[in-house]
Amino acid sequence: MIGNLDHATLQHLWWLIVSVVGALFVFLTFVQGGQTLLLTTAHDDVEKKLIVNSLGRKWELTFTTLVLFGGALFAAFPLFYATSFGGAYWVWMLILATFVLQAVSYEFRTKPGNLLGARTYEAFMFINGSVGLLLVGAALGTFFTGASFTLDDYNRVTWLHSLRGLEAAFSLFNLSMGLFLVFLARVLGALYLCNHIRHEDLHERLRRAVVINMVIALPFLLYVLVRLVTMDGFAVDPASGQVTVESFKYLKNLLGMPVVLIMLVAGLLLVIAGVVMTGKGRSTRGIWPAGVGTVLTALSLLLTAGFHGSAFYPSAVDPASSLTIFNASSSHFTLTAMSYVALAVPFVLAYIACVWRMMDRRKFTTDDLESENAKNLY
Amino acid sequence: MLESIDWSQVNWSRGQFALTAMYHWIFVPLTLGLSFLLAFFESIYVKTGDERWKALTKFWMKLFAINFAIGVATGLILEFQFGTNWSNYSWMVGDIFGAPLAIEGIFAFFLEATFFAVMFFGWDRVSKKFHLFSTWMVAIGANLSALWILVANGWMQNPVGMVFNPDTARFEMENFWAVLGSPSALSRFTHATSSGFVLAALFVVAVSCWFLLRDRHKLLAKRSIVVACVFGFISSVYLAGSGDESGHIVAQAQPMKLAAIEGLYDGEVGSGLNVFGILRGDKQLDDDQSPHYFALEIPYALSFLANRDINSFVPGLRDLVRGNEEHGIISVEQKMQNGRQAVSALAAYKAARKNGDEGAAQTALRDFRAHEQHLGYGYLTHPEQAVPPVALNFYSFRIMVALGFFFPLLFAVLFYYTLKSRLAHTPWLLWLGVFSLFLGYLASQTGWIVAEVGRQPWAIQGMLPVGVATSNLTTGAVQTTFWMFAVLFTILLIAEIRIMTRQISLGPEEE
Repeated sequence: MIGNLDHATLQHLWWLIVSVVGALFVFLTFVQGGQTLLLTTAHDDVEKKLIVNSLGRKWELTFTTLVLFGGALFAAFPLFYATSFGGAYWVWMLILATFVLQAVSYEFRTKPGNLLGARTYEAFMFINGSVGLLLVGAALGTFFTGASFTLDDYNRVTWLHSLRGLEAAFSLFNLSMGLFLVFLARVLGALYLCNHIRHEDLHERLRRAVVINMVIALPFLLYVLVRLVTMDGFAVDPASGQVTVESFKYLKNLLGMPVVLIMLVAGLLLVIAGVVMTGKGRSTRGIWPAGVGTVLTALSLLLTAGFHGSAFYPSAVDPASSLTIFNASSSHFTLTAMSYVALAVPFVLAYIACVWRMMDRRKFTTDDLESENAKNLY
Repeated sequence: MLESIDWSQVNWSRGQFALTAMYHWIFVPLTLGLSFLLAFFESIYVKTGDERWKALTKFWMKLFAINFAIGVATGLILEFQFGTNWSNYSWMVGDIFGAPLAIEGIFAFFLEATFFAVMFFGWDRVSKKFHLFSTWMVAIGANLSALWILVANGWMQNPVGMVFNPDTARFEMENFWAVLGSPSALSRFTHATSSGFVLAALFVVAVSCWFLLRDRHKLLAKRSIVVACVFGFISSVYLAGSGDESGHIVAQAQPMKLAAIEGLYDGEVGSGLNVFGILRGDKQLDDDQSPHYFALEIPYALSFLANRDINSFVPGLRDLVRGNEEHGIISVEQKMQNGRQAVSALAAYKAARKNGDEGAAQTALRDFRAHEQHLGYGYLTHPEQAVPPVALNFYSFRIMVALGFFFPLLFAVLFYYTLKSRLAHTPWLLWLGVFSLFLGYLASQTGWIVAEVGRQPWAIQGMLPVGVATSNLTTGAVQTTFWMFAVLFTILLIAEIRIMTRQISLGPEEE
């Protein structure tokens, strides 16, 4: 069946798959958000230990999803991988550096002999959850605002801004996207911790954090949405491959793809529902609607960037150099082979969900900090 | 296509890749092997129900986790570095190289990440059997991830299953199974993973010997040594076998690498294998002086290793660079001419397509196809560039092989002494056990030096030189990230070693 799909269908399928992985990553940034709550919401070492260990059971999923996002882009849209990573050098290097810091922090934080002290590793986690996510958001923003690169006849990239990608953070749209991501992650982090940990005092503060961070995130979200539907976009003619600037392009995309528009609206409503359930109500299950909502919202944004005849990585200086799902993709053969591989994804998701349920059947409490297994804790 | 190469930037990017790869490979082999040892230890615990085996498993698991975290951290940079520092490479071969990386993510990383949490935190949250299952899944996941990245590396050593598409100016995959099943890929996988098993066994042996020297945790140490020695011995025998097979495959796919490894300048029929020698520093490609001050050789062995025939011809560096008509070897000069022809035909093809001149495009394409086999050589500026650094390969290879013979012997002796209950009273052997861990790291790192430096100047053997594979960056930018990672990884390594040694001195939780 897969073998009979034409190239354009496969290119759409792979943009969808990459977008789903990206959207799952955005949901899983509750780990990063939770890391920043360590500094603002935990009052003592016991609470810190609860939060770190609760997140510590999930951080690798987020990390792995980021790696898969990179790997899937490499396999399916290698020209994006080459152009963005090789071009926007500094933004990616800094993002990666914050994830390197994160990767050791859980394991090293409280171990004797850790050289830098617990506070430093907590600072690493904070940097990852703040600076790291801000830059990820800014980089995602360039899917709409474009970046300053050109490609030559052999598709080699030249970056025209000396900040090599960091300039993205100085656009109000990209910056808003980044800040929205940072505060959304904090909302999700607080929702996840409310669901995963049983601890009265901490719960009260986490509920407050859910509401406060959502309130802070809203203006950035509104700005992003208003700009998105009013801004010029980069349209591609699939037949000729020509890229042109078109006014209200992304509004047209949303109206032209009602399913995506419904996903966006439903996604945002679900996030708000999750916030209200846990932030205002007494439920601890707000993470689920908010999580599903986050995935739908992020997915709809990524699909708006790449589908409906749009250039998903536009060049703001030379529209002809812009990347589309057509000119940036792998060959028909590779996309077909990779589609067979992708059949394993539901299976992978299933065992992750199964293990997640099994491990979280019992809530995480201060008893766990004293259990037989306590010496294994972070 | 390529007007000027900024070699200083290329070399700093190579340096950064080497730095991150070598750091990564400090931690990965331990993950590969220790994960299986954990699975063995825990299987014995579940089978016997002996709580002391559980304590033993948990002790090694703690060390595993410390090592795992930093392995993950260093691996992240490696993956994305293909894009950041080798963007032209990423575009030119992403169609083939990206696939194994994505598959690695889907099949291996999630397996590792998901079950690692169960293995480490699930002792009191899941059943005994499911916990054991999780530990096995971590081991399988870790080794599967090695499979895919080594398939990718094997393909770089011996590119197969692809075709060059002149319209997109890149290589595209034509046969997935050829990429996956290439002998280079499989030999890289078996050789690298079994080297990881050996290193992990050496790690367990070293820590256990240390305990015995300190007269602590004796039961744990002895039990660990027995399992590690069996695993280490079997793995090191297999390692030697896969090393021999690797040598044979290198001879077929990368004769220049083999010649550099051997310091062989003039090819011979019935060539001997250099066991040890000292290279002359002033040896030039075309002079007639012997390449070695002295050399100890096993007659005919190189011919047998290379071609499985003691009377076969093994070409030397001079044959490969200058050509050897008698043995049908084309000179690098000739390949460079063909390559330049391919490069200019490609440019002509693209220009003709742009102008809509199909006739001229087809003529240029035929010209390109006739010479594309040597496309990569078109970017070299002089023939000697095709020779990888000889001394680094020569000595690295000898260190690796010598240690490869030493390890099985060490495991056998340790095993024998443990069974005879004499190990605890044989301090010299215990010290040797401790010290051998460093030899394990040395062998492991030199092995990768041979694999990667031996491939120079190619990013993709014969197809894409490193100078063309790189990103358009300034030297300053790459220097900055080089030092950033050098400092960061060094600090983290020091922290890791301190934590590790502290955990070792704390010992297991209960006995």
